[in-house]
Amino acid sequence: MIMNKTLHQGRRNFLRQASLASGGLFLGFSWFEEAGATEQLLQVLQPDIDVSGFNSYLSITKDGIVTIASPNPELGQNIRTSFAQIVAEELDADWSKVKVVQAPLDTKRFDRQLTGGSGAIPHSWKRLRTAGATAKQMLMQAAATQWGVPVSECKTENGFVLHSSGKKLGYGELAATASKLEVPKDVVLKDFKDFKIIGKPIKNVENRNIVTGKPLFGLDFYRDGMVYAVVQRPPAFGAKIKSASVDAAKASPGVLDVVTFNNNVAVVAKSSWEAMKAKKLLKVEYEADKALESSTDHEKIFTDLMANGQAQTKRKDGDVDAAFKNAAKVVKAEYQCPFIPHNPMEPMNFFADVREDGIELIGPTQTPQAARKAVSDLLKVPEDKVTVDITRLGGGFGRRLKFDYAVEAAQISSMIKKPVKLIWSREDDMTGGSYRPAVRYRFEAALDASGDIIAYKCKGVGLNEGNSLRQDNFPAGAVENYLMETVNHVTPITVGAWRAPVTNFLAFAEQSFLDEIAEAAGKDPVQMRLDLLKRAKEKPVGAIKYDIARMDTVIRTAVEKAGWGKKKDVFQGFSVYFSHASYVAQVCEMVVKNGKPEISKIYAVSDCGVVVNESGAKQQVMGAIVDGYGHAMFGKLVFKAGEPEQKNFDRYRLIRMSEIPDVDLSFINNGIDPTGLGEPALPPTGGAVANALYKATGVRVRKQPFVDQPPFKKG
Amino acid sequence: MPVYTLSVNGKGLKVDVAEDTPLLWVLRDHLRLLGTKYGCGVGQCGACTIHMNGSAMRSCLLPISSVGAAKITTIEGLSANADHPVQKAWEEVDVPQCGYCQSGQIMTAAAFLKQVPKPTMEQIKSAMNGNICRCGAYHRIREAVQVASTKTK
Repeated sequence: MIMNKTLHQGRRNFLRQASLASGGLFLGFSWFEEAGATEQLLQVLQPDIDVSGFNSYLSITKDGIVTIASPNPELGQNIRTSFAQIVAEELDADWSKVKVVQAPLDTKRFDRQLTGGSGAIPHSWKRLRTAGATAKQMLMQAAATQWGVPVSECKTENGFVLHSSGKKLGYGELAATASKLEVPKDVVLKDFKDFKIIGKPIKNVENRNIVTGKPLFGLDFYRDGMVYAVVQRPPAFGAKIKSASVDAAKASPGVLDVVTFNNNVAVVAKSSWEAMKAKKLLKVEYEADKALESSTDHEKIFTDLMANGQAQTKRKDGDVDAAFKNAAKVVKAEYQCPFIPHNPMEPMNFFADVREDGIELIGPTQTPQAARKAVSDLLKVPEDKVTVDITRLGGGFGRRLKFDYAVEAAQISSMIKKPVKLIWSREDDMTGGSYRPAVRYRFEAALDASGDIIAYKCKGVGLNEGNSLRQDNFPAGAVENYLMETVNHVTPITVGAWRAPVTNFLAFAEQSFLDEIAEAAGKDPVQMRLDLLKRAKEKPVGAIKYDIARMDTVIRTAVEKAGWGKKKDVFQGFSVYFSHASYVAQVCEMVVKNGKPEISKIYAVSDCGVVVNESGAKQQVMGAIVDGYGHAMFGKLVFKAGEPEQKNFDRYRLIRMSEIPDVDLSFINNGIDPTGLGEPALPPTGGAVANALYKATGVRVRKQPFVDQPPFKKG
Repeated sequence: MPVYTLSVNGKGLKVDVAEDTPLLWVLRDHLRLLGTKYGCGVGQCGACTIHMNGSAMRSCLLPISSVGAAKITTIEGLSANADHPVQKAWEEVDVPQCGYCQSGQIMTAAAFLKQVPKPTMEQIKSAMNGNICRCGAYHRIREAVQVASTKTK
């Protein structure tokens, strides 16, 4: 029997309720804004849960087990734990009875399943809390009715409703009754200072499965009857197959088939190893329409476009040219960052079973819906005939926003008419494209006689990076004459979003250049930043898209924690950055041992609003610092005739345990609604390190990787 | 193809595979012991680390033909109830981020602590340096190894 009720809820996320078949409460709710919706429909359905239009659910069984479905793929950002904490907080649940399950792609039931840059927590914060608080309210009402007392005399604690008389009922006992109640329209959310579960260092809910080696990841998916596929793709960007001789591979033991599609040759075998071995026997000749690009060509392209490229103006305040004419001093510098791969530890892989009756896709993806659409388009099969299950992701760093490998798996399965697991080797992954774009920047600043910045400009040249600038970033708004311009060059080398896109290299350049200005002006680099913020506050120029007070606070907190300028024989470098809606200031410390600079410590002060999980938050910041430092120091991909020279970890240097600095982490935790933390601590690291390095050695590094530049290597 | 009889996690198991098949793929494709991970295939990342007669070994470069009667232990066989001191320390310190490299990290740490039960931090860093964690969970990995050393008799 279905009962429909309409309820006006404004733009708030909506809830759809049902009883669990086993007797329990079920609330479906949406994580996303309903664009344009002015009212929402609430349906009360029973007994089945065949309702649509939500993209998560909260259920409470009669044993009191609270389950929430997470539509967001888990790739190490610890989202499953954080989401559950937020629901459990408002529900006053017993944490030991809270579970999180991964929702499969289900657009009939779930709305818009996708994941984005540090966006999950800010997106879901209010929705998760409202879902928890709504269920709590209903459980309280159920208890109050049963006891015949006003609900105002009841309260909740650790999975129970309590009455002032001492009566007590568990959520599990109340869930069935609660599910028959009307969903309350307005529920009260807790005050920040009353949080008991949010903010606690609750451990990753998946720890036990990870430390015992349970099959959680895409590569761990096996099904009887499936076959294994590996693919040879063109070794150089811009190359195409001229001819392919596949007989030797086909004759190799265990090989079932060799198929060619697009520019690829796939070897299908009875096992992973047999497929990998046979792939080496392929003889494929390639050709190219035009000259294949090398890194040396990129240098020329940068130089040419910096001088002559048609630039797009991204922001312009005042009159930069006039200000430079009046300058007492001009500071100029160029910065550069190379292409780098993402290198998640789990290489790309996907399972696909293309059958007459439909298509099954299973694997590690951040974008299941886009993967489904691409497969549907490619194979001309309606989307409702394609299912996608999301496994845990062995890292992403942006790589798995692309779904090319899922499409390849489906293509191969459709050609050989078998269920296939596609496996990319590490070499496939590192040479397969989707890199962080390479960029060069030219910064120029004009100072007046007292050393104040009267004009600031930057021109960014990106290789496949449409806008290599973030034009509204600090010091925008603090400088009267300000110009941001970009030039893009289209190259066959494919790129993709890399953890903290653009800012992961831009911040290094900007924060280094600010120190260069400070030195030219004879100012302390921290004080100069604070003075600029003051100026932005008192005399803002154009739009200001960062919060001046929050940036000021992280700066002051970081220098206080680190004892800025007060340490003997310790060389400190400063950096502060606003990205993905959070603020992070860092102080990097170096010492000089036997004439060589050595990194010793990085202090980081982060303002991401409410810290949802202290342990997870520290993980994200520590990881981002290691990532930011490691890639600034060592990351590079060098191209020769379109082919990357680094193909595996023997030549591509990733940071290792012996190379990490100690860290000192703190959070402002100011009660502001939380913002993301997967990315924001990465951008400032490169600049803090470069600035400390300058203090320690007198050498300014303006190019990544640092290890290839003086003072580490002769230029 | 030759038939090999392996001793894995205390059990005798038969597999029929080509002699150059790396132990990694035998464990994964043929024995469905999926805790041992493929990361690079060239012995550089350590995700595939197992124990061979108690020593940490990269299974991606170990052909099945050279395993013989050696006792192989994988993450699945490290303890019966997730109660190896290293596993306990890993949970206590809340080490994993994505978690993909952690089986290999744990196996390296377990073998190392058997050899050096009370290591210094410098020894820990040097023992763990062959295992890459792309998420950068190194601070917690080294802390967990230290915590595990206090749990080991």
